[in-house]
Amino acid sequence: MKACVVVFPGSNCDQDAHHALSEVAGFETDFVWHAKTDLDAYDLIMIPGGFSYGDYLRSGAVARFATVMGAVRTAAAHGVPVLGVCNGFQILLEAGLLPGAMLRNAGLAFRHDWVGLRTERTDTAFTGGCGSEQILRMPIAHGEGNYYAEEEMIARLEGEGRVLFRYCDEHGVATAAANPNGSINNIAGILNEAGNVLGMMPHPERASEELLGGNDGAYIWKSLVAHLKAVPVG
Amino acid sequence: MKTFQVSVTVRLQPEVVDPVGATIQTGLRNLGFTTVSGARVGKLVEFRLEAENPDEARERTKEMSDRLLANPVIEDYEIKIAEVSLEGAT
Repeated sequence: MKACVVVFPGSNCDQDAHHALSEVAGFETDFVWHAKTDLDAYDLIMIPGGFSYGDYLRSGAVARFATVMGAVRTAAAHGVPVLGVCNGFQILLEAGLLPGAMLRNAGLAFRHDWVGLRTERTDTAFTGGCGSEQILRMPIAHGEGNYYAEEEMIARLEGEGRVLFRYCDEHGVATAAANPNGSINNIAGILNEAGNVLGMMPHPERASEELLGGNDGAYIWKSLVAHLKAVPVG
Repeated sequence: MKTFQVSVTVRLQPEVVDPVGATIQTGLRNLGFTTVSGARVGKLVEFRLEAENPDEARERTKEMSDRLLANPVIEDYEIKIAEVSLEGAT
């Protein structure tokens, strides 16, 4: 199975993502430059974190016009799993592949910390290997992760079960204290309507091996591998 | 073709919480400007644009704002357009 990590000028989690996908998950993994026009060869597309195009104007605002985003859009429409982490999530929002927008963190600080994430669904390509409401521990590192969408959109996301991860405490409760950035409803990760595009602020690639302080991110890789074996795309 | 000086002011929508504005407000109050309230932060984008007439210039700028300069989910924008006189067009 083949995965790709999309690289923009200013991406800085691309190496970690490549390592996790190839060494931990076992994908044959390529880096693809933002000028690439087709991604047909890949079973999984990862848009990594960083500061694409310097985060100028707005996070992800410029990356969304990169040539490769047309190919990401096409692949997503064909059901290929697309995972955007941190800046990758912001890019997917700006590209309209996921709804909503990111505001500056409510706490007025760049937050880098380990957080608890409650897994809200286990019937997705990304969480099939997780237990019900399993708490995953992963690091965050962002200044602009305060998820915002209009009230109707939030109601729709909640109603359709598209909030996949929620910031929570050690008991799995989505408290205000466990919310690192002010996101509405403690939202840490959301799915598109079809369920094959996931955007999340926490970094599974930084939590894929015990050496890194935790390996809960590996649940996502295992889930994706199992999903792709069961349901080959195309 | 005429040349227009364009400025686009991008602001967070009124109902969107603005942590940056809140921080500036706190800072101003700490400096003793205790009567400050409602601080909000936006962006100003300025450029020159060639177009046949002011309507076309405005239409083009609107398209730019919708597609790139503002994020319609959280931001509003305001466009100002002035024709640049020949003497001023350096």
